[in-house]
Amino acid sequence: MSELLLEIADDELILGWRDSEWTGIAPFLEEDVAFSSIAQNEVGHARALYELTARELGTTADELAFDREPAEYRCSELVELRLPEWERTIARHVLYEQADAERLERLKASDDPEVAGLAAKIDREEIYHRLHAEMWHERLKDEPRYVEALEELRPLVGKRNGHTPELTTLWEEMTSVRRSQPAGTTW
Amino acid sequence: MIYEVFRQERKGQAFQHAGSVEAADEHFAESYAREQFGRRGESVALWVVERGSIMRIEEFVDELNRNYHRVDGYPLKEKLKEARERAAPRDR
Repeated sequence: MSELLLEIADDELILGWRDSEWTGIAPFLEEDVAFSSIAQNEVGHARALYELTARELGTTADELAFDREPAEYRCSELVELRLPEWERTIARHVLYEQADAERLERLKASDDPEVAGLAAKIDREEIYHRLHAEMWHERLKDEPRYVEALEELRPLVGKRNGHTPELTTLWEEMTSVRRSQPAGTTW
Repeated sequence: MIYEVFRQERKGQAFQHAGSVEAADEHFAESYAREQFGRRGESVALWVVERGSIMRIEEFVDELNRNYHRVDGYPLKEKLKEARERAAPRDR
């Protein structure tokens, strides 16, 4: 179970990080607020999942999120890519939300009440992510660039037998503050 | 399109204008209104309405200058002051 939870947590953390790269530069103000909020939610979900897994594994959420080597992450290639084109970002968002919805349904049916409860909580926020993804899909579904992006990215959903070099670049950035902490510092 | 958003802070209270969002259609408007005016628990309900659907009235005719129709038609301040002085004359 903790492997599946880590897989989801890693997906949410990395995707949240990638989506947050649009903060301040999304196509227009309202979308900037909405998409940043989605990114923030994903990181929040990652944190809750890491905390649950950390209790099982006897470690901490921060250690799971930031102290592993890139190769140890279980995220899919889909979320790792830096996508500075809006239509590709939306294509990823749509593909991810579909796959995530199915995964959350399975998790909500878990025998572990803590896992099922957390999945239900996460799903209540994901409803709005899915609405957001669906309305963009409706808007763009006849745009060739968007259709191309969907085709390009679809094979990467759930592709977990390795990582793209882009994960390493992101990892460097994501963990730099954590790694710059002088040994022995406590708060 | 511009959508005007009104929000209700607590159940039973009057809705107040919160601001506006620019959105391609009502689905986008709903999403953006939720994100901007609802996600921090600051509202219990929102009204989202396309600006063109709002009836706007801004001509208020008063050709004969009937100031007794207006809220300032009867200045009470002076009258109240006189009445008070009649009731309790200040001895100075």
